[in-house]
Amino acid sequence: MPEPLLDLRAIDAYYGDFQALFGVSLSVNAGEVVAVIGANGAGKSTLLKCIAGLLPTRHGDIMFGGAPVGTAPAFEMVARGVALVPEGRRLFPSLTVEENLMIGGQAGRPGPWTLDRVYDLFPVLAERRHLRAPSLSGGQQQMAAIGRALMSNPHLLLCDEISLGLAPIVVRDIYAQLPAIVADGLSLIIVEQDIAQALKASSQVNCLQEGRIALQGAARELTRERISAAYFGV
Amino acid sequence: MNRVVHATKSSRVGVALIAVALVVLASAPYWGDRQMLRLLAEVFTFVTLASLWNLLAGYAGLVSVGQQAFVGLGGYLLFALAILFEVHPIAAILIAGPIAAVVAIPVAVLIFRLRGAYFAIGTWVVAEVFRLLASQVSVLGGGSGISLPAAVVIAMAPTRQLREFETYWLALTLTVLVLAAIVALLRSRHGLALTALRDNEVAAQSCGIDVARIKFFVYVLTAFGTATVGALIFLQKLRISPDTAFSVNDWTAFVIFITVIGGIGRVEGPIIGTIVFFLLRQVLADLGSLYMLTMGAVAIVVMLWAPKGLWGLIAERFGWQALPLQRRLITALKLKDPGRKS
Amino acid sequence: MQWVNVILQGVLIGGLYAMFAAGLSLIFGVMRLVNIAHGDLIVLAAYVALMLTQTLGIDPLSALLLVTPIMAAVGYALQRGLLNRTLGDDLLPPLLVTFGLSIIIQNGLLELFTADSRKLQAGAIEIQTFQVAEGVWVGLLPLIQFAVAVVVIAALQVVFYRTALGRAFRATSDDQSVAQLMGLDTRHVFAMAMALSLAVIAIAGVFLAVRANFDPAIGPARLIFGFEAVIIGGLGSMWGTLAGGVILGVSQAIGAQIDPGWQLLAGHIVFLAILAVRPEGFFPKVSG
Repeated sequence: MPEPLLDLRAIDAYYGDFQALFGVSLSVNAGEVVAVIGANGAGKSTLLKCIAGLLPTRHGDIMFGGAPVGTAPAFEMVARGVALVPEGRRLFPSLTVEENLMIGGQAGRPGPWTLDRVYDLFPVLAERRHLRAPSLSGGQQQMAAIGRALMSNPHLLLCDEISLGLAPIVVRDIYAQLPAIVADGLSLIIVEQDIAQALKASSQVNCLQEGRIALQGAARELTRERISAAYFGV
Repeated sequence: MNRVVHATKSSRVGVALIAVALVVLASAPYWGDRQMLRLLAEVFTFVTLASLWNLLAGYAGLVSVGQQAFVGLGGYLLFALAILFEVHPIAAILIAGPIAAVVAIPVAVLIFRLRGAYFAIGTWVVAEVFRLLASQVSVLGGGSGISLPAAVVIAMAPTRQLREFETYWLALTLTVLVLAAIVALLRSRHGLALTALRDNEVAAQSCGIDVARIKFFVYVLTAFGTATVGALIFLQKLRISPDTAFSVNDWTAFVIFITVIGGIGRVEGPIIGTIVFFLLRQVLADLGSLYMLTMGAVAIVVMLWAPKGLWGLIAERFGWQALPLQRRLITALKLKDPGRKS
Repeated sequence: MQWVNVILQGVLIGGLYAMFAAGLSLIFGVMRLVNIAHGDLIVLAAYVALMLTQTLGIDPLSALLLVTPIMAAVGYALQRGLLNRTLGDDLLPPLLVTFGLSIIIQNGLLELFTADSRKLQAGAIEIQTFQVAEGVWVGLLPLIQFAVAVVVIAALQVVFYRTALGRAFRATSDDQSVAQLMGLDTRHVFAMAMALSLAVIAIAGVFLAVRANFDPAIGPARLIFGFEAVIIGGLGSMWGTLAGGVILGVSQAIGAQIDPGWQLLAGHIVFLAILAVRPEGFFPKVSG
């Protein structure tokens, strides 16, 4: 069996003195789509921050591409092939849509994702390429944020609550593009509070509850009941 | 009735020590020589200037690199009142403060339009304007300055020794008054607001504290105090010129270094800082500009690695407070465990 | 015609002030840092140019080509080694550290070079003038300096809006942590911004040295002129900074014409008046 692309081994994470993650273990294989679900405050965003290099972990190891991550900062993780679509989009307000995409590609990693390919994926961005980011709608901003992350040609894409604040039809449209995004073997971790879309798109489900993995397994093997139980901690 | 207690164990010791020190210092003319008196008066001056700057920057968050504007203004007001209006020099010192406060009002209205570091440079511009205006006033010596006429000097006291005693006691009194006023302010309701402001401006605002008004008030109050000290400084020097009155080095650089090294945002900081400053000066005095260079380097090192200054380090390590500025609420009710006999 | 000459001179020196301001404005835009030592670094550049011309026997223009990369390297090291540590939410550390730096530079220069007035000799070009119109004369050197100032500001605009580095500046200024997520090492981005600022300072410093006498103490005044130009022009706008510099230069020139002692005062008064009446400046792009 090939080594997993990402291997988290019993990691703890803290914000100051407050412990947010307790011995979390998780692995993602190349080309896999993994969902991480859980209630507000369960630690999902924290988990992604640790993987992306924004938050150092205190115990345990993170292995990426077979090599230990250690205390690599965020900009190094990008060079290694990890890209994060942050919660709330967080596009750069003084840059245009196109400039936001170009900055995503500034790390210069080789790969299939170019400006043209992102515009093919999300044509509405091409129409608005010279507009400043704040003038886009929520759904368009989300597309731009995803495109921006793709521009760094990552091996692993982390999506933090893509559906947050968006109308269901918009969410559906964005998730409809997921197959095109993972077509070249890109791995994906989807973090969502809204579990319906996440479950449909992924092959592996992890449920976080107060910083701990409450449930972990293949999506088709887990029943609705078990997932709800783990989500709500019943 | 609930009441607020300000004293702590260490502050009681601190106050006692300060009281003893004051008695010793007040009697200095009887046991110290001329040089000692001059040195002590200089120390008092810097403690006062630094304490006022600390109030402005450390508590109200208004970092000014232009307080020399008011030092010089105070000095020039003294000379103007004494020479042109024949006011007794000591009365002139007392009048200089209020006049400076009035001047500070339109100044504040103008420069409060700037924020942060731009505000700081704005205060510098104001000081420059004062300096240039002073150079234009020919009745007070214009660009080369003027000396205090003999008649005015004699009016203070008939002998030189008496004059020196007088200025010494004035300096000590002024320092004690300013520090007492600062402590009183900090113990008051406004002081609580100021401390909140120091810790977190946005949070203070969301508690309903009128941040703008407090800052304005503190700025004008500090101008009052600084100008009064300025008047006293130049009474001692007996001579004034635009460059000495509005010198950035003397009245701002040293003051900032003192406060940073001693500890910003704590009342004890400027006192400690002044002591360190004068000790360093004794050691490095003959090195000229190398001395300033060292001060600058020390200030940078302290700012980066011990941002709370020397007193900050001590206070955090040992929990000391030299002055009663803490607030503890003593509730009148003593809760009894219902299951126990009291 | 006298007044036309006066105003023209004011406009031309405005270019120099705009260069003082451009470096200041750049740093504030990228990292919200105001460098109190800015003026002293201009003077430092002047002394470096002086040393180069004296030891290598070269002319000021060649010295400029050397001073610029030297100062840029100094800027990179300064930011990376010292100033990056001061950045954060508290405004006290960067202000006080750069103030300390200002004092250190002034006194260091004083120790090395004494308080004697110096000047960089540029030869015949310094006194060359030519006639623009009936009774209106323009100095060649001031004109060149103004032209260079315009070119520098245009170049900065190009860097900011058309290069990857400029994108990095703007992104980092918008959102530091997301910029990191884009693969940008923000420590490096800030250091590059400071290097660019010092490169502009170097050009301004050499021009200052050629134009007038200089000594270790004149730094703060240059900082103030740059600052006033930024505020008059409006925060965040490079071309506004040029306009601000020109307005300041013209105010000073008119003041000097009325009475020599009024030169600086006139500039300050115009600045304060604009602060009172139109605090956002004439061409603002961002708010403080």
